[in-house]
Amino acid sequence: MATSWFKYSSPASFYPLAGKMIPWFAAAAAVLAVAGLVIGLVVAPTDATQSDAYRIIFIHVPAAWMSMFLYVVMAAWSAAALGFNTRLSAMMAQAIAPTGALMTFIALWTGAFWGRPTWGTYWAWDARMTSELILLFLYLGIIALRNAIDEPRRADKACAVLALTGVVNVPIIYFSVYWWNTLHQGSSVSMTRAPSMAAIMLVGMLVMALAGWFYAIAVILARVRTIIVDRERGASWVAALREVRHA
Amino acid sequence: MSEFFAMNGYGFYVWSAYGVAALALVIEVRALRSRRRAVLEEARLVQPESAALTGAGE
Repeated sequence: MATSWFKYSSPASFYPLAGKMIPWFAAAAAVLAVAGLVIGLVVAPTDATQSDAYRIIFIHVPAAWMSMFLYVVMAAWSAAALGFNTRLSAMMAQAIAPTGALMTFIALWTGAFWGRPTWGTYWAWDARMTSELILLFLYLGIIALRNAIDEPRRADKACAVLALTGVVNVPIIYFSVYWWNTLHQGSSVSMTRAPSMAAIMLVGMLVMALAGWFYAIAVILARVRTIIVDRERGASWVAALREVRHA
Repeated sequence: MSEFFAMNGYGFYVWSAYGVAALALVIEVRALRSRRRAVLEEARLVQPESAALTGAGE
């Protein structure tokens, strides 16, 4: 049975598997997003301190979590690509970068529009905001580096090294609110103590986070399928695909 | 309904945040679709590895 999973490390066999997975993740994302938005915009009550401005939390926190998780996942695929020299691992890392960059941008933008009414400023150079901005630059740098190198396998290695070098930024973002005196507040959600926010707000955040996960998985699987067709273009299995013959 | 859009005076901030986030996701999906179409078209135009190179019994 162990060998049957390894067969999916070939682009040719992963391609149809990914294709079957996408609709399920996309549907789950849509359902969870609707539920999360209803909770966040309608069900959850107005906050005593921040009034309705706090509702941005239902986009901001899931996006920020996603931006960090996706970077770590991308770094893991990069390590696999360097360690096992597998094309598909590098293709997965390549597929993650744009979605990770998007989540980081959303976290920064929604954070800015939450900060303006509550802190009085769209931006501050505090530890968390600065390190999240650096995360965006890392994602964009990885994308730019790939576009700059013509030979795909060389690009894979260079991008993998850059991704792994930058992964130290993720714990910095996470611990920044403990290590430094920051404008950004500390965490309300922890693995060791009860959350310091109302239960319905926490539920809304978690539902939106799950929606974000399933959306990201669907989009990344779709992107890696496009990357596979692009990079395996000469192969006869690609030429035989119905979507290629009737393109 | 107008209370919903007003968000107790914070409507500009809330909807700028939600709106740009939604727009970003729509742009991502559409860019992905258009890239996929272009790649499929390019793949159709490429000659596959010939049977002479890969051997008989393909």
